[in-house]
Parts: sequence; structure tokens; C-alpha cells
Amino acid sequence: MAQVRVTVDGVVYADDVEPRTLLVHYLRERLGKTGTLVGCDTSNCGACTVHLNGQSVKSCSVLAVQVDGAEVTTIEGIARDGKLHPVQEAFNECHALQCGYCTPGMIMQSIDLLGDNPDPNEQEVREGIEGNLCRCTGYQNIVRAVQSAAEKMKPGAQADVQSPVSVAGGGD
Amino acid sequence: MIPSKFDYVKPSSVAEAITALRDGGDDAKILAGGQSLIPVLRLRLATPSVLIDLGGIPELRGIREDGDRIAIGAMTAYYDVIRDDLVKQHVRLLAQATETVADGQVRHRGTLGGSLAHADPAGDLGAVALALDAELVIAGADGTRTVPASEFFVDYFTTAIGEGEILTEIRFPKHTGWGSHYEKFNRTAQAWSMVAIAAAIRVEGGTIAEARVGLTNMGTTPIRATGVEQALVGQPATADAVRAAADHVTEGTSAPSDADAAADYREHLAKVLTGRAVLAAVG
Repeated sequence: MAQVRVTVDGVVYADDVEPRTLLVHYLRERLGKTGTLVGCDTSNCGACTVHLNGQSVKSCSVLAVQVDGAEVTTIEGIARDGKLHPVQEAFNECHALQCGYCTPGMIMQSIDLLGDNPDPNEQEVREGIEGNLCRCTGYQNIVRAVQSAAEKMKPGAQADVQSPVSVAGGGD
Repeated sequence: MIPSKFDYVKPSSVAEAITALRDGGDDAKILAGGQSLIPVLRLRLATPSVLIDLGGIPELRGIREDGDRIAIGAMTAYYDVIRDDLVKQHVRLLAQATETVADGQVRHRGTLGGSLAHADPAGDLGAVALALDAELVIAGADGTRTVPASEFFVDYFTTAIGEGEILTEIRFPKHTGWGSHYEKFNRTAQAWSMVAIAAAIRVEGGTIAEARVGLTNMGTTPIRATGVEQALVGQPATADAVRAAADHVTEGTSAPSDADAAADYREHLAKVLTGRAVLAAVG
């Protein structure tokens, strides 16, 4: 067993975990954060995307022990005071989901994308979410939602949006 | 799937990591960014007894100028390589190739050193290291040694890193002012290269003065396309001359046949992509 102390959606947790526990399993099974989904289990689909120290990662490809001391944000931690995150709102308004399975990962990756590029064109959105697969192939509305969210989040309209934190050792 | 059981250690210095590697014996495995290793562990294609996580060693991260070289810590993430001003200015080909690796999430975690040490022939950065004559710094119990990229890639998933050793730094000679391009052919939903071409070209007065060309996934290791390089030097930077030189690209290659592509298709791709890469590089 290894000790993990990690902040998830603003709450500090301290747990003993087996080193082989994947972050996504820790989030879902230990913390009950079932909003983060397991899609492919082969690190292709991006359904399990969460933010680790402000950067999107596939939580099926990170060990829980590796996030000791870190801050994790899941889809369950982005609404503020009962108000949806602008990207969540935009997915809702643009009907950017059909079955909805890819949605939590799509939203987490879209927030990351908009942190790096606040005003992406269609091609940049498509490239920015290339690590997230929608089996319903509902990409048209997903791209529309990300661009709509970008409009909502433009300076002056982004009071509720947390800006991404740079990771330790980041070169930017 | 869930990986089989292993112990986990997180050293805070290279010296500690080398000791942990020695103590771990034959079944110890180094964990860098984990974007290849963790999927492999989940599939139980690897079942190490102990995992040594290099994520807690600050000295292995970062990019600095070192005379006529740019030195990059082995644990520097792709994301940080792509955005670094020194890399953009002096080793642009590396930034261009790294941008094509996997997807945004993987580029946050995956590391330059991890990719080179893993030595997947379909990985994108070996061809760049080879083409640009990078040097790889390897630390072991007896100190460090430096291996040129031309001697680093030994075989399929096999490098010059010996037992008990760790790749710590990659040094790229500056190619300031060179034109460069990484031309990659892959399936849309998976970023593994079927074939890719790394090209850095220096043009003087409309003539190609120097050329560096590396190939991804045209053999069991990355391959330096010396035939193309020699054919390019002294030629005008025109489409006809470049395409003629690109015909040399299959010399010395042993393209694999697999579910993605047959060897002869890869050879065809390599010629077409070499022409595109070099023309984009001379721009």
C-alpha cells in the first residue's frame, strides 16, 4: 500500500492505495466520483479525461500514487454555486451530445483547449479534441459548443471560469 | 484491465533512482510519463515487480542552452517541449514532430526521454534525434556517458541504455535558421505514424547546402536517410530536384508489413512524404 494525499474538486483526501490502482478507478470507486467514465480502457477514447494540476490527462493512464500532493479536477468539480461551467452550458445549449458517454471527457478537454487557445477556429477545435472519441459521431455540435463556449468565456464574460494552473516545471 | 501487482518507489534524485534500479533487480521498470508503459501494464504485457517513478526528480526536467546545443531533461513533457522558445528557435523540427504525437492529454504527461527510451519504431521523436545528431546522456552507477543518436537505437524497442542505467538528458545541436518539417501519415483516430519523415534543410542562395532526413517506422529502429541527404546537397531547392532525391529514401530500409500497411505501400509513402517534407522545409 502507498499513501496518497490529493485534492479532488477542492476536497483533500488521504488514502492508502495499491500502487497498481489507476487514477480513474480511485476517483470512481474510492471517492465515488462516477461522473468520470471508463470508455475504452486502452487510452484512446478520452472519456476518463480529468485535470491534473490544471492540465488535461487521461485518468486511465495515470496511477493514483502518481497524484500524491497534486490537485485533480473532475467533471463534478467545475460547476460553481449551482451554476454550470460555460462549457457545460454550451454543450447543453448546442445539443453537443447524443448518448452522452463521451461528454464528461469532451468537456474537460474542451476547457483545457480553451485555456491554451481562447478563440480556436473549427480546425483548432477538432485538433484540440483529437484525443476524445464520440461513438455517436456527434462532432458537428461538439465543435459548435466549444466555439460557443469560447464566445461566452471571452474577457468580461469569464468571471466564473477558473484559469488553468501551470504544472510544476512547466516551460511556459 | 488492472495491472498486476508491483511495488512503487519514487526517488528524489538520479543517484537514488540508480540505487533503486540496482535493488529492483531484473524485474524493475522505469516509469517516466507512463503514456506507453501504463497501457502496457494494464494489458499485462509487462509485469514488473517494482516501478521506479522518475516524476519526483526536478533535475530531469527543463530545457536549457548549453553552448551550441539545446539540452533537454529526459522527463520534460511533450507539452513543454512544444512551447519552449529555445526549442522553437534552435530545434524547430523537434517541436514540429512533438506536436504530432498522440493527443493533448498524452502530450501533457508523455516525456521526450520516455519516448526515446521506449524506442517504438512508430514513435515520432527517434527520427528527429537521429536526423539532428542528438546526443543522449545516460547515467549509471559508474557515472554518466554520452551516446550519439546513431548508436542509441539498437533494435525494435531496444536502445543502448544498459542494465542499471537511466537516460537523463538529450542534447540537440542548434539548427538555427534551418528550414524544417515533419510530414506524418497516420490514421485519423490514432496518431501512430504509418510512416513519417523528419527533414531539416539549410538553403544558401537557392541551393541546398545541408540536409538532414530521418525516417519513422521504416524499419526496426528510426533510420537516417543518408542517400536522400547526399542526393539533395548541391541541388536547387526545386520540386523536380527534391522529388528526384526522394527516390533514394528506401535505401537501407526494411519497412514492416502490418495491419496498417504493407511494406511496399510504406515504401511508396516514404517517397511521396519525403518530397513533401523537404519542399515544406525549404518553403
